[in-house]
Amino acid sequence: MTTLQEPATSPEIGGIGHSVKRQEDDRFIQGGGTYVDDVVLPNMAHMAILASPFAHAEIKSIDTAAAAAVPGVIAVVTGELLAEHNLAWMPTLSGDTQAVLATDKVRFQGQEVAAVIAEDPYVARDAVLLIDVDYEPLAPITSPQQGLEPDAPIIRTDKEDQTDNVVYDWEAGDEAATDAAFAQAVNVVELETFYPRSHPAPLETCAVVADLNPITGKATIYLTSQAPHAHRTLFALVAGLPEQNIRIISPDIGGGFGNKVPIYPGYVVATAASLLLGRPVKWVQTRTENLLTTGFARDYHMKGALALDADGRITAMRAEILSDQGAFFADAQPSKFKAGLVHICTGSYDMGAAHVKARGVYTNKAPGGVAYRCSFRVTEASYLIERLADNAAHQIGMDPAAFRMLNFIKPEQFPYESATGFVYDSGDYHTALQKVLDEVDYENLRKEQEDARAEGRYLGIGIASFTEVVGAGPSRDYDIIGLKMFDSAELRIHPTGKAILKLGVKTQGQGHETTFAQIVAEELGIPSTDIAVQEGDTDNTPYGLGTYASRSTPVGGAATAIIARKLRDKARLIAAHLLEANPDDLEWEPGRFFVKGSPDQGSTIQEIAFAAYTNHPEGMEAGLEGVHYYDPPNMTFPFGSYLVVVEVDPETGTWKVDRMVALDDCGVRINPMIVEGQIHGGLTEGFAKSNMQWLTFDEDGNCIGSNFMDYLVPTAYETPKFELLETVTPSPHHPIGAKGVGESPTVGSPAAYVNAVIDALRPFGVTTLDMPILPDRVWAAVKAAD
Amino acid sequence: MYPAAFEVTKARTLDEALAKLADLGDDGRVLAGGQSLIPMMKLRVAAPTHLVDINEIPDLDGIKQVNGHMSVGALARHADVVRADVANHTVAAAAPWVADPVVRNRGTMCGSIAHCDPEGDWNSVMLAVRAQVVATSSSGERVIPIDEFVKDFFTNSLQEGEMVTEVRVPNYAGAGGGDYLKLERKIGDYATVAVAIHLDLAGDGTIAQAGVALTAVNHVNTRASDAEAILVGNAPSEELFAAAADAAAAAADPVSDIRGPAEYKRDVVRVFTRRGLASALAKAQD
Repeated sequence: MTTLQEPATSPEIGGIGHSVKRQEDDRFIQGGGTYVDDVVLPNMAHMAILASPFAHAEIKSIDTAAAAAVPGVIAVVTGELLAEHNLAWMPTLSGDTQAVLATDKVRFQGQEVAAVIAEDPYVARDAVLLIDVDYEPLAPITSPQQGLEPDAPIIRTDKEDQTDNVVYDWEAGDEAATDAAFAQAVNVVELETFYPRSHPAPLETCAVVADLNPITGKATIYLTSQAPHAHRTLFALVAGLPEQNIRIISPDIGGGFGNKVPIYPGYVVATAASLLLGRPVKWVQTRTENLLTTGFARDYHMKGALALDADGRITAMRAEILSDQGAFFADAQPSKFKAGLVHICTGSYDMGAAHVKARGVYTNKAPGGVAYRCSFRVTEASYLIERLADNAAHQIGMDPAAFRMLNFIKPEQFPYESATGFVYDSGDYHTALQKVLDEVDYENLRKEQEDARAEGRYLGIGIASFTEVVGAGPSRDYDIIGLKMFDSAELRIHPTGKAILKLGVKTQGQGHETTFAQIVAEELGIPSTDIAVQEGDTDNTPYGLGTYASRSTPVGGAATAIIARKLRDKARLIAAHLLEANPDDLEWEPGRFFVKGSPDQGSTIQEIAFAAYTNHPEGMEAGLEGVHYYDPPNMTFPFGSYLVVVEVDPETGTWKVDRMVALDDCGVRINPMIVEGQIHGGLTEGFAKSNMQWLTFDEDGNCIGSNFMDYLVPTAYETPKFELLETVTPSPHHPIGAKGVGESPTVGSPAAYVNAVIDALRPFGVTTLDMPILPDRVWAAVKAAD
Repeated sequence: MYPAAFEVTKARTLDEALAKLADLGDDGRVLAGGQSLIPMMKLRVAAPTHLVDINEIPDLDGIKQVNGHMSVGALARHADVVRADVANHTVAAAAPWVADPVVRNRGTMCGSIAHCDPEGDWNSVMLAVRAQVVATSSSGERVIPIDEFVKDFFTNSLQEGEMVTEVRVPNYAGAGGGDYLKLERKIGDYATVAVAIHLDLAGDGTIAQAGVALTAVNHVNTRASDAEAILVGNAPSEELFAAAADAAAAAADPVSDIRGPAEYKRDVVRVFTRRGLASALAKAQD
């Protein structure tokens, strides 16, 4: 079902469907945000970390004497010191271990080796440079292929049972059925592609202020955390602190994109230092530290194949993946799925069989893996199938749009069980793509392309029709190191009818303070501007797994709707008491119960709220407050179709985007303006990855991209103009029909940009290019054709 | 990021700045826009112990016509050049390509020229238009042709105690045209390759003077002398420009790096020289 929505509430109430201005922007645009670096506590010390210059080296000795002698230095911390407190290593979110400060050897460039605590950050930095480490360089491994060579040095010598560099082998789907389909295929389409390592590069780097009160034992930790509750539990487990004494406060966050889900060594060192010194300790990463050491994304070597029948229908898919995990397996992802949700790679297409094999490999690069605006590898999966779809169409001489239309899952097939076991909740892929094709007058556009070629101009048209899987999760399938992936909302309606909503998720710029208030406004008719939304302080919010993988609206948003509905049920009883009517005789309109047939006889939600504290019925508990923990019955499956038109200059290899038409279907849109803002951001990041952005390494394992001169983030100047379209296919199992949108454009758009550039270059015989499509790569591909 | 400790002297007059620089010798550095110096200090690539801030010295920020040349003062920002009514086509074409708007508001043309970063834009432009650099010290003033000023990788020919106070871009008598073509990965990036072109036409339409200079393809901004020699004295034509473009490419000795392999960069020099000559000619004939 595809509908376009009309708001049910008035603009004054500002419920679902209203582009309410963001409540949080008042403070952000006036410089009134409070980030971790804004936290200044009495007697606070500052920390700086010494980073390894080598990708792989044995540590022979560490001499801290000169650093310790610098006036203003309070302490120098090494792994040896941490080991005395059993803190030299910590668990990762994927159940591996990671060095906090290196003791035996360093395993990637930038790895944390030692730390200085000083009276001010300049002294800390001066002193860190005086720490003398004697390294014995070892051969570095900079790719998974290299890591699998028979004579490759073992990176994880710290793990007794580790005899090679393999992290995991994982598979999904039905290998035999897939082989059988390939054996009968009329055409087989193959693609080998590399999705390079990238970094989310949030404008605010990671930071902590750890404040352990030596008298009360209370640990207040201000942290750049997308998942404060999960982090509190991990601090309890890692540091052995009693959980009631740990308070994580995640204040305003300047962008996360998955970069602020893991626990980083710096957090642990600062916390340990505060514990040992009895003083608050602040650590704010430099840009270089953020880019060198924290959660990256992708680094995925993929081989894909499609089996086609005589009509061009896809009958099966194969994917074989080699994943570069870095030195520690630290992906933040559901524990059951070692390669994340990459088995969503059958995408929007109906096929009988699929098989996915993934192998993770340790390398001498920073750990991480699933960050950057992505629901656990769905970005890589979507990229692979959408590149394959374009190649398949060209290989069999079919138009890429027609090929997709032929192979899409049909609207009547939903709920649709995919060949790898997902149950897609809803979708209407044909309508979405058709709307895009109509918007650009596709047939005519193809003619323009032909005409341009005749003039020696190279236009390209690229399509991507992606399907995402977001909103983890049903807790039976999804957990992170055992913590089940539900989420929660607590709603307190005050006597004057104003409310505070407290959530277990954590906004990093997504606009939760506005959108979640709108859900309450929708359900209870309280104006959204009368509702304060609070997140991030574990002492004052209910437990939840946090914000990443587009899960806040599917899970936290659902919890919000349900607790509001529960309070509305109670409000009905109070209204019945006030109106001296039978509860069943009352009707609801936004903000008010009234007696059926007597619309003048009613009570507003504000009157009901007041009564809940001043005049509640006998035998009923006072108050109008409650909390709900929501465990979704399924994931949600947002989708969309993107179409990009580019023009390539084959002489210099540069390309520019003429048009980017993006249709997103994320189900019901709570705040259309915020949704469009999310889409603009994601389309920009997708463009970045296709055009300029990658985190690459030289053969010694040096990171080429440790600052914004080398790691490129596009500005408004480079960013294409976006033309947005929408369809609305509500999620049938979500209380308000919403699906999550933050990541769709990053997931869907890279393949559209890449397909467009390849399409432009088909006259030169180009059939594949890897991201980023740098001008020299285009130039080389064109030269190779000459 | 945190620089090492340093001191700052805010000079109120040019004489005061020059006296302080003479006094400090190697330990002192001039702070104008600071758009290269401060990032280098933050990364601790540079650690001068003393900065002489010249921002409050009066009368150094002018862009004006004097005695047949355009004079650009030491405190004229890149943005001032973008906004100024600059007659020289090459300078006018290059100005919006320098760094990004934020850096252009603060960074100075003279500072960039003195920095001698081979990936910087202005020194190629100055080579193409045959500019002069004015170096001033407490003992007087020297006027240095740009070819002598730009010595090597991050190395100029200033002597101890001297600072750049002015750059002079000559006016040309004939029909002149110029362009600056830059390949960059994003705005604010250093050039992958850039080519500065200046053409001066004689009355008969032949090329009286040619300037072709290259950015980011050698260890220093480079004049493509062979390309200029091919052009001068001849009537412009596609074949002539193609020959000059080949000669310019031959003058490039780029390194392979994250911005692309050497052969790619050299080929872009060829393409840009050809295109730049064509657009410079069109402007000259306009």
